[in-house]
Amino acid sequence: MAIAYPFSAIVAQEDMKQALLIAAVDQAVGGVLVMGDRGTGKSTAIRALAALLPKIDVVRDCPYHCAPEAKKPGLCANCSGPSSTQAKPLSLTIPVVDLPLGATEDRVIGALDIGRALNDGEKAFEPGLLAQAHRGFLYIDEVNLLEDHIIDSLLDVAASGENVVEREGLSIRHPAQFVLVGSGNPEEGELRPQLLDRFGLSVDISTPNNVEERVEIIQRRDEFERDREAFVKRWQRKESALRRKIQKARELIPDVETPTNALELTAELCLALGTDGLRGELTLIRAARALAALEGKSCIARDHIRAVAIMVLRHRLRRDPLDEAGSDVRIGRVLEAHFD
Amino acid sequence: MAPAAEQAIWSNATRAMAVLAVAPHLLGGVHLRASPGPIRDHWLDELCKLVGRVRLSKIPVGVSEARLLGGLDLAATLHQGRPMAEKGLLASCHQQVALLAMAERASDSTVTHLSAALDQGVVRLERDGLAANHPAELAIIALDEGVDDEQIAPRLRDRLALSLDLTGIGIADLSDHPWTSAQVMKARDRYQDIALPADKRETIVQFSLALGINSPRAWLQATYILKILCALDGVSEPTEQQTLEAVTLAFSHRATRLPESAPPPEEQAEPESPENTSDDRSKTTPPPEQGALPEEVLEAALASLPPDILRALSGGMAKRVETQSSSRAGEAQRHQTRGRPAGTTKGQPGHGKRLNVLATLRAAAPFQKLRSSRNPDCRKIRVLPDDFRLTRYKHRRSHTTIFVVDASGSSALHRLAEAKGAIELMLAECYVRRDQVALIAFRGEHAELLLPPTRSLVRAKKSLSSLPGGGGTPLASAITLAAKVAEQVQAAGGNSGVVFLTDGVANIDREGRPGRRQANEDAKLAALHFRDQGSPSLLIDTAPRPQRRAQELAQQLCAEYLPMPRADATALSRAAQHVNAG
Repeated sequence: MAIAYPFSAIVAQEDMKQALLIAAVDQAVGGVLVMGDRGTGKSTAIRALAALLPKIDVVRDCPYHCAPEAKKPGLCANCSGPSSTQAKPLSLTIPVVDLPLGATEDRVIGALDIGRALNDGEKAFEPGLLAQAHRGFLYIDEVNLLEDHIIDSLLDVAASGENVVEREGLSIRHPAQFVLVGSGNPEEGELRPQLLDRFGLSVDISTPNNVEERVEIIQRRDEFERDREAFVKRWQRKESALRRKIQKARELIPDVETPTNALELTAELCLALGTDGLRGELTLIRAARALAALEGKSCIARDHIRAVAIMVLRHRLRRDPLDEAGSDVRIGRVLEAHFD
Repeated sequence: MAPAAEQAIWSNATRAMAVLAVAPHLLGGVHLRASPGPIRDHWLDELCKLVGRVRLSKIPVGVSEARLLGGLDLAATLHQGRPMAEKGLLASCHQQVALLAMAERASDSTVTHLSAALDQGVVRLERDGLAANHPAELAIIALDEGVDDEQIAPRLRDRLALSLDLTGIGIADLSDHPWTSAQVMKARDRYQDIALPADKRETIVQFSLALGINSPRAWLQATYILKILCALDGVSEPTEQQTLEAVTLAFSHRATRLPESAPPPEEQAEPESPENTSDDRSKTTPPPEQGALPEEVLEAALASLPPDILRALSGGMAKRVETQSSSRAGEAQRHQTRGRPAGTTKGQPGHGKRLNVLATLRAAAPFQKLRSSRNPDCRKIRVLPDDFRLTRYKHRRSHTTIFVVDASGSSALHRLAEAKGAIELMLAECYVRRDQVALIAFRGEHAELLLPPTRSLVRAKKSLSSLPGGGGTPLASAITLAAKVAEQVQAAGGNSGVVFLTDGVANIDREGRPGRRQANEDAKLAALHFRDQGSPSLLIDTAPRPQRRAQELAQQLCAEYLPMPRADATALSRAAQHVNAG
């Protein structure tokens, strides 16, 4: 694979960067949806994120990279069975799996391994992309163009964290908990509401409109194209600083306190905006906690909640489908009322 | 067009050819709009000469996803008795220049995969039980033979640095060009070492702001082109002239507005002819803060702007900016069994049902050991009829609701705002059903298609809210246009329904001349023609009191009649549903 553009070298687009970092710190936040103009660096940023992710311990030889210390419900059949290996765990970078648009269903959810079936007459399961993405990220570029039947198989797995395969005489279930990351251009079409709901955070990005930033974009990209290795080397220090920050925040997160007034505030915000269900509140707290951890704080402050409110809630408002631009404004108004 | 202008187009085209020849893979390729014929062939021949060792390979328009990306090679698999991968077209075009024939007809999936390959230089294969990465650095020459509103997908065009329109050129305009392949080879070695001074970079950015070009990809492409031009001319520092040439090549087809300070939207919406403004309105580019630009810079940019940009804009190139790919007319004929493959099912092939060989093999695979032990002679793979699997196709005929809105003076006075509100309600209904919508407005002399069929309600809402009122009522023109759009939708394999919002009183005839009598006569004829065409329709009378004229018109259109006072939200949406179900 070609060398990826460094995350820290991306000009502007702070919302998008913050959302991705939050998801990297606390994967339980749910997915990130990035919608915006063509060529604004959506996929660049998401692919760059892969280089920043820390390593995790996995069970050796487990195709689903189960966590060695995990308890039963989150494990695959092999690792939870009596014959589970006691071998030393392997250290693996958190996977970022790219789901290309032309992928067929058998590769996404997994299917019969034809090679072994043809050669040995053996009924073996060949894990798909969902298995690869377990405990990591699943990235779909042009998510609004994804085939309906692929979306269908994604939706259920994303919600339950478990992939159940019943095809070709196979009956397999394995864990598949992943952070769904999608990007797309809103002009190409809308996202199905069910899919939209699976994303924890949603950001809209647009091209910067001032000369300095535009010049900066051209300049950095130009340097990158001329000599990728040298460019990446130059940004190495910032990249490792960011990597350490993510790692630290991940360690800190269990200790971040959630004061009662933060819970009350999120409840009030969600009530005022009329969001459905509890997911909005839960995600709001999680995202605020991740942000606090990123900043090295040990307690959620009001400002953290305010900073993440728009990206958490904008796609959860009861939709007036025509009032697309309005949801940010509505949230802004409620925020102002609660914070000023 | 004066011959001089055409010669200028050709010389611009040859410059683009030389630039492309230097670094095809860096630039992504060219969008070449021209009818097939000697001019296009000549350009391609000359390009081949300049490029040298690179071969042109062709990607046919109807290429299947499997062939494009690669997958399981069935013949080899059967022969070998183990899965064998087959390289797709994209991977075999690695380091080459690919010709995409009839690019305006390319299917969504083709466009998507080409775009992904251009972005990443690799093809990611996750198909048929195979996973692989193949390098695929390629350049694409998208041959666009589209007429009128047929156009290549914006997604793909955004990734191609160059765009040429040779439609207006005759053989007499061709002339020899100064570029040689030796020059190109030399430039190929040099262009990467050329450093752009900061002020040139800034000039490019100023142009991007002034012309409303929001894709960073375009700015980068402009810098590449500038470097290549320098390398071709053998200089190490770009000149003003080269900068302008680079901007012309990279930006002229992308400009979304003229570089004057942005006119107020009302003025822009003043229709000169139906086509000219139809898409301008749907653009989403907000005018950037002009205040951020130093005044003198803008002045300078304006003064130095090459005439091509302005001409291209006023000549209608701009109208091709930022619309959804709307050219799918070929689809209806392409497949017997239409739609997207949606899994497989057990059954016997025939009667237009297609055997899915791979799934069949997969079904047969587990039993091979067993079957070969029972019958240990001959073939490697034993497939029994019971293993047959058929491809299931899922095809949802898309519904397109075409709104035809009377924005004339008489309507605007009392009811236009209410009509807009009514449409918004119906749009919400369409959203729920995932319908497409199109918007036709009529006022002044002609009706115009404000919004070609789209699924993007954001755009629908935008074009609706920017719809001004006032002027005459060219009803005939509106009905004719509605019939035409409905026909296009049906040709593309969809269902259409038309919702008219008018008081039924016409005063502009088919030719755009005022005169109530002739206007009503023309409207009646158009309505009868519309009825023959057979699209279900609904007429919402926007007059304060139900009008006899509107009722008559509804009869002529064979449309359901609904006076607005009673047209509350539920009745409206029910009516719209009825129109779509029909």
